Amino acid sequence: MSFVNTLLNGHEGGLKHEGMTPMQKVALRFVVLGVLFYGLAAVEGMMMRVVEITPVAAIDDTHFFSIMTVHPMVGVFGSTYMIVFGAFLFLVPYFMKKPIFSLKLANASWMLIGGGTFIMWLAGFLFAYAPLYTLYWPLPADFAQFSLLGGIDYVVGVALIMVGTFLYSYNIFKTIMYTPEGWDKQPSMELFKDAIGFAAIGNFFKGKKTEHLVDLPVAAISRGTIDVGLNAVVIMAAGVLLLIYMFGAVFGANLEKTWVDALLYKNIFWWGLDLIADGLVLIFVAGTWYILAMMITGRDLFMKNVARAALFVEMVVSWTVWSHHLMSDQGQSNILKVLSGEMVTALELVTQGLAVYITLVTLAKARPLKMTNELKFLLGGLLGFMLAVPAGIIQADLGMNRVLHNTQWIVGSHVHVAILVGLTMTLYAAIYLLLPILTNGAKLWSQKLATAHFWLHLIGGIGMGSFMGMAGIDGMLRRSIYVDGEYNTYMILAGICGVMLLLAFAAFLFNVVMTFGVKGLIGIYSPAKTDTSDCVPALQEA
Amino acid sequence: MADSIDVLATLKLVYGIYAIIAISLIAWFGHRITKPKDDSSGPRPAFFWTYVAVLVFIGTGLHFLTYNAVPWVPIDLNRASIKADTVFDITYEDHQMSFSSFPMQVECGDHVVFNAISNDLTYGFGIFRTDHTMVAQMQVVPRSRNDLMWKFEKNGTYYVRSTEYSGPKGARMVARNAIVVTGCDHDDVRAAALGGQP
Repeated sequence: MSFVNTLLNGHEGGLKHEGMTPMQKVALRFVVLGVLFYGLAAVEGMMMRVVEITPVAAIDDTHFFSIMTVHPMVGVFGSTYMIVFGAFLFLVPYFMKKPIFSLKLANASWMLIGGGTFIMWLAGFLFAYAPLYTLYWPLPADFAQFSLLGGIDYVVGVALIMVGTFLYSYNIFKTIMYTPEGWDKQPSMELFKDAIGFAAIGNFFKGKKTEHLVDLPVAAISRGTIDVGLNAVVIMAAGVLLLIYMFGAVFGANLEKTWVDALLYKNIFWWGLDLIADGLVLIFVAGTWYILAMMITGRDLFMKNVARAALFVEMVVSWTVWSHHLMSDQGQSNILKVLSGEMVTALELVTQGLAVYITLVTLAKARPLKMTNELKFLLGGLLGFMLAVPAGIIQADLGMNRVLHNTQWIVGSHVHVAILVGLTMTLYAAIYLLLPILTNGAKLWSQKLATAHFWLHLIGGIGMGSFMGMAGIDGMLRRSIYVDGEYNTYMILAGICGVMLLLAFAAFLFNVVMTFGVKGLIGIYSPAKTDTSDCVPALQEA
Repeated sequence: MADSIDVLATLKLVYGIYAIIAISLIAWFGHRITKPKDDSSGPRPAFFWTYVAVLVFIGTGLHFLTYNAVPWVPIDLNRASIKADTVFDITYEDHQMSFSSFPMQVECGDHVVFNAISNDLTYGFGIFRTDHTMVAQMQVVPRSRNDLMWKFEKNGTYYVRSTEYSGPKGARMVARNAIVVTGCDHDDVRAAALGGQP
């Protein structure tokens, strides 16, 4: 088969989208868009890597920081949220063997999150709006530095993302709780309580244990989804606050120095942001490891009750750890710094350590296993968090934070290793595993490219995070510009690793395009030809 | 007495060793997982509980260790009961730093307080050596208390840089030769010699 023919029609017939169920199409719409946004975030990251090595005339300070503002937002919401939500909207009905509550809501979710991310990105691209994702008050309302139009664009984009996020959360819980047509009445409240973990707490205090109504993977998805919803509330509240100040500016009233206490705002905002960083990411990742381990081995999870309990603890921990972001704020109380910042945060080492242990033992008990793409990416994901979580615990210490806060250590050894190696490799494992299920058996075009994808991503991700971290230990700040080559050795090495990450993505994207074919990819976004509420075609299910 | 260079060098070494162990463990596991198993039993419960105990010990033990080994932690926590020998005021406004005295002359071993006030945005106050390694930093939040107590144990000249993003205009807020420490037995070899850096 010629190259052009494969490019257009895919490998061995490519993606036969005509036979796909509406649910498969919805899931793939999320995933494909999420992968494209990952590519955008990777290119943005590489642009910043270049500036960290040598000044670039085309990227001045304002441009640099507007890239830095949208880069994590595109990465988290445009890419990670999209891939995760697509997978979970498919997996909840798949595991519960019941139809999704609403396909329309699911379609609305990817459109709103995708469209919102693009609009938010335009705020940086067109208007150089650059208060960073932290939005430290009153910087986002500083219209002497930023354009008002950029601010409005940013808020509208983020608001759309959050509306899409609410719809996702609602759809997930309704799918768990509702009674499909023709079914016996479902015990909605009991299902909800079990999904959240209240039933397990009840069991702990009762002599007679009640059976779990919701499987562990669905429980993991539910607990992370609670944090998704809470986070959306906080971000929406920040957006409303910003809009008030923007309207004030429009009507000539400068509210910049009024009303909002910057430290209180910082506490509330970090409480919300940590529901992502220390909440849903860790919960979703642990849940995804369990799903992957069970699907790869075809066996039940080792110590699944402990896993369930750890997920609940993680959810509660995520509500109480925010203060580790304020350890260098002298106005923050020492009690909060020690209890929330140090001690509660230390529990994340335990919960995530348990997740690593349970996943590894589940895999080990099923050996020998074939080293498939999903297995090797899963091991990469586990390694990522084994490296990144201790790095986070170290910086959440009063002694270390004084010399690490806002350095490249935070964003390199902790954040980028967690996201690029831990989270992204876990997501790639899920994509490789779900590929045949979502596509009714489409065959990967090139295993060599998949192998190259794995090694380039693993080495590039760990390498980039490590060199950034070493620069941080030597004093390099994360939100500053260095023009005299102060950290050039580290930055050149980090840049080389960044190129590896970009090449890894190119290999993956090219492989996917050649596997599905351009026609197949476009077909994902055309209306489904089959009218079924099943997740997969009946023939495949059989 | 340990200073930030010693603490950070220890971090580099310990974390580097840990990273090599973690990578080796996963590589070994990845190799073993493809081989047939020699027994079907999982790890014993004692192994699991030992593992959990080690996680708890490391997670919380780090904080007890630094409380006892890192000199600025007890100063931070007991800040209210320690009398400052000298207080320097630093005011931030319109992406400029202004100092109550410049350079800030510090006597070795004194408890000095850097009291930063922001009249507009959130900034940062960071003390750096000539080779750009960090001595210490804090956030400077508008209308909030931002006072860092520090004790210098080596002679040297240090620069101050805003460590928090305050918009593109604040990306390079640096005050060279802002702090001069004298009277110690030892020099900070990474900080500029007395008289300031070029």
